[in-house]
Amino acid sequence: MSQYEVTFAGFGGQGVMVAGQLLSYTGIKQDKNVVWIPSYGPEMRGGTAYCTVVISDVRIGSPIISNPQGACVFNRPSFDKFSTKVKPGGLLLVNSSLIPATTDRTDITELLVPANAIAMEAGSVKAVNVVMLGAFVGATDVVDIKLVKAVLTEKLGHKKSMLDINLKVLDQSYKLAKQQLAQGQKV
Amino acid sequence: MAKILMKGNEAIAEAALRAGGNNYFCYPITPQSEVAEYLAKRMPEVGGVFLQAESEVAVGNMLFGAAASGKRVFTTSSSPGISLMQESISYIAGAQLPCVLLNIMRGGPGLGGILPAQSDYFQATKGGGHGDYRLLVLAPSTIQEAVDLTMLAFHLSDKYRNPVMLIGDGMIGQMMEPVEFPEKYVEDELPGKDDWALTGAKDREKRIVKSLFLDPLALEINNHELYKKYELMKQNEARYECYKISAKNKVLIVSYGTMARICQTVIDELESEGVSVGLFRPISLFPFPEKELRKEILKKNVGTVLTVEMSMGQMVEDVEKVAAGAKPVKFFGRTGGIVPSPDEVKENIKEMIRQDAAPAKRTRKGK
Repeated sequence: MSQYEVTFAGFGGQGVMVAGQLLSYTGIKQDKNVVWIPSYGPEMRGGTAYCTVVISDVRIGSPIISNPQGACVFNRPSFDKFSTKVKPGGLLLVNSSLIPATTDRTDITELLVPANAIAMEAGSVKAVNVVMLGAFVGATDVVDIKLVKAVLTEKLGHKKSMLDINLKVLDQSYKLAKQQLAQGQKV
Repeated sequence: MAKILMKGNEAIAEAALRAGGNNYFCYPITPQSEVAEYLAKRMPEVGGVFLQAESEVAVGNMLFGAAASGKRVFTTSSSPGISLMQESISYIAGAQLPCVLLNIMRGGPGLGGILPAQSDYFQATKGGGHGDYRLLVLAPSTIQEAVDLTMLAFHLSDKYRNPVMLIGDGMIGQMMEPVEFPEKYVEDELPGKDDWALTGAKDREKRIVKSLFLDPLALEINNHELYKKYELMKQNEARYECYKISAKNKVLIVSYGTMARICQTVIDELESEGVSVGLFRPISLFPFPEKELRKEILKKNVGTVLTVEMSMGQMVEDVEKVAAGAKPVKFFGRTGGIVPSPDEVKENIKEMIRQDAAPAKRTRKGK
């Protein structure tokens, strides 16, 4: 049974919900079953906003995932909340621009991505979510990166300047994750 | 049409429009406000009526009035808002008018919270308003099913001239899944509305749509008419789905909505651990699929029936009624907005199986 679950978590405004949606759209393009679940509730403002995406080749049962295979954490509170929840053997993707910490866990793969720095260098901090998404796809290949680009182009086609920035950082972080994995390093 | 990713609330709104639900009255409340947000934009495009009222009480009365015209009318709300509409719902049922209601349930009682719950089962299936009446109640467990059942709701509502309520927990409103809308919504032939709808009495006898019958005999006749319809619904509209039901099942889970999906994961995981459990998922909560469930409960291999709900235990009363003492019926639930995790449900089932096994062993020792 082939199923992957990933949580995107950060502050409201970092685009974590959109990152999950972009992944979901891509999953649909690949004829996968997809569920996107937001954290809705009083914690949407101020604390951690997060969403979980389930991508599966089979019918998806529980949309509620307590221990996802992957977590992309954008800020410190999210790191604290989700680094312990990743399934053994899973992936923790840390936005090292904002999170001056690494996990003690040895049973998961941890990749450090300076997402804010990459996004700002490319021209807009708003692209931080796409940096994380690119790194996630680079590390897991859960979906085809070409289709992520197609989705981005569909969604952002009307804003050429933002599209270019996003496509650039997507590529960059995708390759960065691949490099880090190849080197087997905890950067 | 290709599959598109939609949030439950938006998918339900679009489905209602496509089923001809072009008269929408609402008052915003979490977790279903996106329905109104979506329809505020879409309704003018189809030339329909979008009206945000001053309160849910007003919404109820607007539904009553608009339904009397024979047009397809609907509203969406969440638990406390649905409570405020109960007076009108009773009137609409009494006056035998079609009307579609959606309740994206949150935890209660009172204002409760805004997170998902299934604690309005009693209100929906046993009559939240006064008098002898029933709603036809449907409970989706995926967004696609929410779309399909929303369209079906308008159809059934016209067919029986009775309000139909869809109930989904907050997750159904908030989560996104790929959905496909049928190109065209094809319906069976429906009875015409020419003999009751209020369309202006020019060149015909006047008609009165009402729920007031001061003559007790007339009121009793109306009650009997209603109950004839409910009997017909029981015969024709019981809907359910079975998952991994087999002769190996030791435990039969009964669960609906999102909770049933969580149970599917539990069942898959237990299967890989060598424990066989089946799921019976009622899709229509009224009529409750009694005959079909009874058949499953009576199967020899089923030792225990477990009802799992996001409430303190409401549907379990209907399950107990169906089991009628033939098998023990147990309950597991979380409430207050907490959605039980698959692990939690799994542990509960394992514990239940251990307990079931324990007394039998003692008996053997005693011998």
